[in-house]
Amino acid sequence: MSALDPIDRRLVVETQAGLPLVAEPYAELGRRLGISADAVMTRLERLAASGAIRRIGVIPNHYALGYRANAMTVWDVDDRAVSELGKLVGGMACVTHCYRRPRRPPLWPYNLFAMVHARDRAEVDGMTVAIGRVLGGHARAHDVLYSTRILKKTGLRLAA
Amino acid sequence: MDAVDRRIVDALQGGFPICPRPYAAAAQRIGLSEDELIARLAALSAGGTISRFGPLWDVERLGGAVTLAAIAVPAERFDDVAALVNAHPEVAHNYAREHALNMWFVVSAESRAEIDRVLAAIAAETGLEVLDMPKSEEYFLGLRLAA
Repeated sequence: MSALDPIDRRLVVETQAGLPLVAEPYAELGRRLGISADAVMTRLERLAASGAIRRIGVIPNHYALGYRANAMTVWDVDDRAVSELGKLVGGMACVTHCYRRPRRPPLWPYNLFAMVHARDRAEVDGMTVAIGRVLGGHARAHDVLYSTRILKKTGLRLAA
Repeated sequence: MDAVDRRIVDALQGGFPICPRPYAAAAQRIGLSEDELIARLAALSAGGTISRFGPLWDVERLGGAVTLAAIAVPAERFDDVAALVNAHPEVAHNYAREHALNMWFVVSAESRAEIDRVLAAIAAETGLEVLDMPKSEEYFLGLRLAA
């Protein structure tokens, strides 16, 4: 990854499976990288400010937290309206991720993806209705794809 | 998961401090000791309640590339195809979904060229068409799950 200097890269490698669970995790990372704790913190601040780190915290396992109904709601939204509407949908409390993606007709006519997580499918139905209301007449069709099994889930995997 | 675990998951989905003793600072905010917070995060990770604790890196901002891909897999071949797809280290997540397109996976790699190579390899290995749907826009506001 070209934007990364070698130390940033090693910082990614050392933290992609998680932050060390010790009292001074940044000092521990510094020991592994041969730099000071202050240098680690300065780099992390910079990477967080640039958006390379989205957040530092718990990466949840939805199923284990009781979210049994995890769905990708997908919508065929008018191209002229999708950017504005995507922002509104992305801002809804029930939507955790929202993306615009290319359609792949004929199998896949949808260009707006909004992920929702709920305790059960009835709750997802309510969320789908709410999203549909925001999209109004600009959505021509939609579908709801429930995940039935996690086949694989890992963090970012940069080779060391 | 007890009430304290829930408080940890609710309070620590982001905003973990960058300071010399971050667990102590975060623990104070939620009324725990540093040791207890560290022990509970370790137990939550080991038990699979959380996937991990730490930075969520943005592959694209790091100069890499990512896409979402989907395959319509015949039911009788589902597990074999899942094994072929998952064998690629660039496949970060893979979910079974209820749809004709029943396998959805995220590929993240160091470049778009490498993604193309992985998707072509998966198509060749499985003999199935792989739909490539890289995001063209993101409406991102962070994760807010109540535990």
